[in-house]
Amino acid sequence: MNAAAEARLLRFAPWLVAAAILVVWQVVCSLFDVSEFIFPAPIAIVRSLIQYAGPIAMHAWQTFWTTMAGFAIGVAVGMLLGMAIGSSRFVYRAFYPLLVAFNSIPKAAFVPILVVWFGIGSLPAVLTACLICFFPIVVNVATGLATLEPELEDVLRSLGATRRDILLKVGLPRCLPYFFASLKVAITLAFVGTVVSETVASNEGIGYLMMSAGSSMKMPLVFAGLFVIGVMAMAMYECFAVLERRMTGWAHRGTSAA
Amino acid sequence: MLQDNAAFVTLDGVSHVYGGAGGTLAVEDLSINVNRGEFAAVVGPSGCGKSTLMKLATGLQFPFKGAVRVAGEVVSKPVKIAGMAFQAPTLLPWRTTLENLLLPLEIVEPHRSRIRRHKAEYVERAENLLASVGLRGQGSKYPWELSGGMQQRTSLCRALIHEPDLLMLDEPFGALDAFTREELWCVLRDLWQARRFTTVLVTHDLREAVFLADTVYVMSKRPGRIVARREVGLPRPRDLEVTYTDAFTDIVHEMRERIGLVRRT
Repeated sequence: MNAAAEARLLRFAPWLVAAAILVVWQVVCSLFDVSEFIFPAPIAIVRSLIQYAGPIAMHAWQTFWTTMAGFAIGVAVGMLLGMAIGSSRFVYRAFYPLLVAFNSIPKAAFVPILVVWFGIGSLPAVLTACLICFFPIVVNVATGLATLEPELEDVLRSLGATRRDILLKVGLPRCLPYFFASLKVAITLAFVGTVVSETVASNEGIGYLMMSAGSSMKMPLVFAGLFVIGVMAMAMYECFAVLERRMTGWAHRGTSAA
Repeated sequence: MLQDNAAFVTLDGVSHVYGGAGGTLAVEDLSINVNRGEFAAVVGPSGCGKSTLMKLATGLQFPFKGAVRVAGEVVSKPVKIAGMAFQAPTLLPWRTTLENLLLPLEIVEPHRSRIRRHKAEYVERAENLLASVGLRGQGSKYPWELSGGMQQRTSLCRALIHEPDLLMLDEPFGALDAFTREELWCVLRDLWQARRFTTVLVTHDLREAVFLADTVYVMSKRPGRIVARREVGLPRPRDLEVTYTDAFTDIVHEMRERIGLVRRT
């Protein structure tokens, strides 16, 4: 096999695998005549995707914007906390254990509390998305700042640089690769947060759609909801992966540069 | 000559302890006197507190006992007039070589407030400096596109771009191969010959110290103490050939024996 063909195969590999899984899934469902109420076949899912295209699009939009809102807040909070933790040993010692403890609580457990505070609707979903996604950003930004080479800091301090100078000129640019890597993780987590919240406490969004479809035994529609979430999360992940390559090419020279 | 007036960097009976009182003694009763425009080298076995000496002289740390004076003033904060270079080039990978050189100018006054409006002038200065160390036209490359020796040249340029009065070097050539190291000795020699900044070179290479310096100090192992001071009388400018002469070898030999004695005691 020549290099060009190999590159093409690599590019299409994920599509090939996805297609193969769908084919096997369809064949198994058809062969054993699996009931649509238990495990719908891909064709049934596609059929319901088309049939309910309007409502699905509406709920998908709801899920999308709540996720992005929660993600945006999570990024802002995560960056500020990460900067505080990464640039001060005191804050690091004081807050890090608390953050770890907080992060190990399942975020679904927060949803009832948020509902009591803010009622049913978009706000609990936004906040759940935010709560679940800020942690990886904090950890990555803090790590990026805390692992600054001491020699480099000496060079700058001997020039009379202030802490702010060091943060702006070296600390932040240096932690950008960590930051973008964490964005990719955070965006997928944000979708998890939104959907979890919607299934419990909302009248809108894909999470709500799946719950109500499940309770009226429309299993193909439930699976269609899963499919839509997967596609949205994957698309956003890819967006941030592209952004990461654009912004921090210098940190990935080993794999991309010749 | 007025010794006292000319003194630029003075360490007077300096001791330093890590980890507060009762911690490990890093250096003990150091007294060093470097005149303005002098090239001093400090040689000693690894772990003798040479780097501590660097940090004390630049105000990155303060002595537990004794006093450090730079340019006539007792050091109470980072000195601001120093350029530093280390064994690792510590260049910023997201900046080109030229942008790396401009970094000190973005921090040190008066350049800091001028650099935006007079960018071209500073770029020209950086390019000239690059050319003077044999890196003409390499400014647009990123650090990882340069060899180890070229990175170290850039690091040296970064330490000098703001024309500091004091250059502090902490084993700057330690990670280079022998040929590149000798090349960079000559680069440093030429820069110093042209500008005469006061230089303190910390190294464990005796030949390097004797070739480059006016005065060589020998430190004992931890806790570091100055056990010998030797003026290198070799005429300047020194050619690399000088390292193969008997006069040179005698000095190196003599200093080597001192270090040998330090080891045994």
